[in-house]
Amino acid sequence: MAPAQADQKDTAMIEGKAHVESLDAERELSVEDLSGIELPPARPGSSRRFTLNMGPQHPSTHGVLRVVLELDGETIIKARPEIGYLHTGIEKQCETRKYQQVIPLTDRVDYLSNLNNNLCYSLAVERLLALEIPPKAQWMRVMLCELTRVASHLIWLGTHALDIGAMSVYFYCFREREEILKIFEMFSGQRMMTSYIRIGGLALEPPRGWHQAISKVLERLVLGIDEYQNLLTSNPIWLNRTRGVGMLPVDVMIDLGVTGPMLRAAGVNMDTRKDCPHSSYELFDFDVPTRTANDVFARFEVRMEEMRQSVRIVKQALDGMPSGPWQADAPHVVLPDRERMKTQMESLIYHFKIVTEGFRVPAGSAYQVVESPRGELAYYVVSDGTANPHRVFMRTPSFANLQALGAMLEGVLIADSIAIMGSMDFVLGDVDR
Amino acid sequence: MLPESVAENSTAAAIAQRLPDAIVDAKMAIDGPVLTIAAKEILPACGLLKQSLGFERISAITGVDWWPGVPRFELVYFLHSLRHNARLRLIVRLEEDQPVDSVCAVWRGANWYEREVFDLFGVHFRNHPNLERILMPADWEGYPLRKDYPVHGHRYSYQDE
Repeated sequence: MAPAQADQKDTAMIEGKAHVESLDAERELSVEDLSGIELPPARPGSSRRFTLNMGPQHPSTHGVLRVVLELDGETIIKARPEIGYLHTGIEKQCETRKYQQVIPLTDRVDYLSNLNNNLCYSLAVERLLALEIPPKAQWMRVMLCELTRVASHLIWLGTHALDIGAMSVYFYCFREREEILKIFEMFSGQRMMTSYIRIGGLALEPPRGWHQAISKVLERLVLGIDEYQNLLTSNPIWLNRTRGVGMLPVDVMIDLGVTGPMLRAAGVNMDTRKDCPHSSYELFDFDVPTRTANDVFARFEVRMEEMRQSVRIVKQALDGMPSGPWQADAPHVVLPDRERMKTQMESLIYHFKIVTEGFRVPAGSAYQVVESPRGELAYYVVSDGTANPHRVFMRTPSFANLQALGAMLEGVLIADSIAIMGSMDFVLGDVDR
Repeated sequence: MLPESVAENSTAAAIAQRLPDAIVDAKMAIDGPVLTIAAKEILPACGLLKQSLGFERISAITGVDWWPGVPRFELVYFLHSLRHNARLRLIVRLEEDQPVDSVCAVWRGANWYEREVFDLFGVHFRNHPNLERILMPADWEGYPLRKDYPVHGHRYSYQDE
């Protein structure tokens, strides 16, 4: 190990210890184990040091992730995440599709935050096309993306709590999430693979009664979020298992490319919605919650607060939804209105052309960054001037966040690895693409 | 020399001053400055960007295959400065079998991204701590994101059975 690395590890260990001392004596002992100094070398054939294969099928990895753990008793000495089990070559498939045909593929990358992926890809292509998106479409996008964030965080909360042993939260979270999915179904006809945000606007006109439906869900969410937070923060087991667990120095996190709630729980105020606003996010009033404790509990707090902020954004969107068109005025890109197609020849021709040969995008490249529930999501779209993208690269937040898992698991107890993995909130589809 | 559109960019100017041979081409894309860096200068350029110019994190690294054009590959480095709230794109053009220096020593986060580019494009990174396949199985043949790699078609032959 390089000396600099060893130093970092030592500081992490000292910090970890300082926190642990306040908890209980038993865990403190284990932390002393990890420095590896006091321990006698393991005898050959001794069963104390061994390698444990966690996954690829393990309930707490939330997908197919394999982690190879080198253990000393119950303490993890080294952890090596192995990914690729869900690799489906989506990026390669994108190159064979027309620009508009890529949208359904983006749904399937991060299957818990489809609309954010739709949005990111659409924004990248719209940038290349220099399309102007009408305000109503932008606000609708913001509103639906924030609902997605709440739905995604609810899944995270439910599964994370279930991993640590709080079962009822799981049922409550899935109940509320289902209400949000019903909204998506109302808008797009699909619960999960919505493909609702399209290049140039939205796929369909917002349905009748969407306003009341969302207001009703919001009322439940406002109460629900507080309830679940109280349910967990007044639970001593939850506190003991999350406080002071899973810490990593902030500079190491930034170096490793960690983003999203994990980085914000370490005190770095990085949120793309504020740093480089898109889709009129600059018109909305919301805060970026941060914590400095940098442990599993801080990540929990940040995500709970983020849900409240998302609800706040959705409320503003409900109150101030602009009227007007919900698609850009770009007949060569946006499919024409059904009625117009029956009466106007140009519309029919455009429809035929878009469906059969797609639309050409000027040569160039765009790197579009949005804030997904998991962190910095970016699409890099390279166009060579034809109707098929030359390259679509997805910079997915889970991939970069998962890279920190090895560093984060070093020296913790094997039971804590479950809490730490839960707090990272990765989606394996998002990692492997 | 730097084109006018980029010359005002202090980052580009600083690189041009400290590493005169590094910037091959520079332009202002729709979403920010894009600098094309000479392949042999990528490591010093990245070191400079991180140490003195405030680009403390790397967002991603990826590749683009321009086959049958030459040079074939384009590596794209997406840098991000939290301090200055700025983003920068670096491009390195590579021939088919040309290796490039790994930037893992600069940003640890580059590790998996370089492995991914190696896995899917077959670009070799010198001095990478662990250059193995990451998404595809370890014994996979070929590099799937290359343009001459088929999208469909299984290599398995049923005739052998």
